[in-house]
Amino acid sequence: MSARGSLALPVAVLLLLAVLGAVLPAYHATNLARIMVLAVFAMGYNLAFGYAGLLSLGHALFFSAGLYAAGLLAQAGWPGIATLPAGIAAGGALAALVGLLALRTTGVAFMIVTLMFAQAGYLAILYFGAWTRGDEGFTLARAARSLGPLDLAADGPRYAVALILFAIGLLASLALVRSPAGRVLVAVRENPERTRMLGYDPFRARLLALAVSGLYAGGAGAAYGLLFGYVGATFATVQYSVLPLLWVILGGAGTVLGPLVGTAVMFYVVDLAAWVTDATLLVVGVALMALVLFAPRGLLGSLPARALRWLP
Amino acid sequence: MRPGGTLLEARGLARAFGGLKAVAGVDLDLARGEVHALIGPNGAGKTTLVSLLCGRLLPDAGTIRFEGRDVTRQPAEARVRAGIAYTFQVTSIYPRLRVFDNVALAVQRTGAAHRDAATFAALARVGLEDRAAEPAGTLAYGHQRLLEVAMGLALRPRLLILDEPTQGLSEGEIAAFKGLVREIAATATVLLIEHNMDVVMDLADRITVLELGRTLATGTPAEIRANPAVQAAYLGA
Repeated sequence: MSARGSLALPVAVLLLLAVLGAVLPAYHATNLARIMVLAVFAMGYNLAFGYAGLLSLGHALFFSAGLYAAGLLAQAGWPGIATLPAGIAAGGALAALVGLLALRTTGVAFMIVTLMFAQAGYLAILYFGAWTRGDEGFTLARAARSLGPLDLAADGPRYAVALILFAIGLLASLALVRSPAGRVLVAVRENPERTRMLGYDPFRARLLALAVSGLYAGGAGAAYGLLFGYVGATFATVQYSVLPLLWVILGGAGTVLGPLVGTAVMFYVVDLAAWVTDATLLVVGVALMALVLFAPRGLLGSLPARALRWLP
Repeated sequence: MRPGGTLLEARGLARAFGGLKAVAGVDLDLARGEVHALIGPNGAGKTTLVSLLCGRLLPDAGTIRFEGRDVTRQPAEARVRAGIAYTFQVTSIYPRLRVFDNVALAVQRTGAAHRDAATFAALARVGLEDRAAEPAGTLAYGHQRLLEVAMGLALRPRLLILDEPTQGLSEGEIAAFKGLVREIAATATVLLIEHNMDVVMDLADRITVLELGRTLATGTPAEIRANPAVQAAYLGA
């Protein structure tokens, strides 16, 4: 039935992003590259939170795992063709490991356990400051930021790589949520006990969601480091666990395009607010309160066209 | 069609909650193809007993064999895959998903080749095929109970456990439901927890009476009716 849906809208969005990359002035193109990379992070978060119903407060750990894995290896002279997959794998492996332990809990306990793991990761980054440079972080030399023949420090290739990564993430998440495994994720979110009594193991489904979510976070972290040239402990703080949650809620949890919309809107709200005030987080807070009051299902989730939040 | 033989065999099942012995040493045999009713006053341990059988609870003591295999320590989802389906006493569906998707999730578990056809077939057996596109939460209560039975049927179980399926149904719905259970019994064994004595006496091949976590009697409806202990304890005649 309609669950199979069409590819028209996502493909149109990808084409629009490609055109924008060609016509936007450099400042906005760079912003959009940043948004697309962060939207990959948000899409991964959406798989765990929006589809499988896992409210994690530990995703900064998976993002920074990818960031540091790629950044440290790039600094050691590895080529981008190896550091990017290494970052993806680091995020996925760490998420699977955390999931094996944290998924024994649900609800508030799960939030606390994931938060603790992420804090432990943050403290570990500070503790091993000799390699990670702690809070100060380190910049990646231009020579370390290449992907095959592409110079990732240049505007054109940077935008192209961000777009390709986003496209892969978007199409993969579409494929997943429309697959039998994706339907089970939604079933676990909606009614875990019923799902168990249909013969599915909720733990396995949640572990899959969290591990895939970690792959996205790790990939986004690795790409962020390679494309923008900076690796630092800020990205492991709790702020970077809360941000993907906010982007997803803002755009519409459990919708495939919601993460992109939420990330882009939040990015520009902060960007525009910075022209007016230093207290950009205050503006974010007000925007979120307005969201909760007037569109609790997010910008896309509140569109009236769909009676059901089954699939995108 | 009664090939005979034992489908499920429980021995010495026990489960306590704190100091309360909800099930205190129950033996139960389900013959292949029978409709077996489980009756008893409130708090007799009926729901606890079937929760032990389907794996939602693990027993403190005792063994359960299904199709000759020991399933005592198996988790519920593995028992479902082995052929034990359970419909909840308090209706448990996916209210925000479409009726179709509710049943399709069960069909998907069986690995059926034609998911849509098998889903509509299960819906047709309970008469809900016209409601396939509606959100399940908008169905009337009686229809939600039928949807849950359709989910159980779609699993193509060898044992279908129905926990108070007629609770809250109208007289007309109960009559239709009895016909449905007879149909189901042609292809599966049915274990029925039921308070409505007319339904029990009409449908059951055998009846087990529980009281205070123990088996009071087991037998055909006629034997149970004639049993003085049951009359004293439960039927009140």
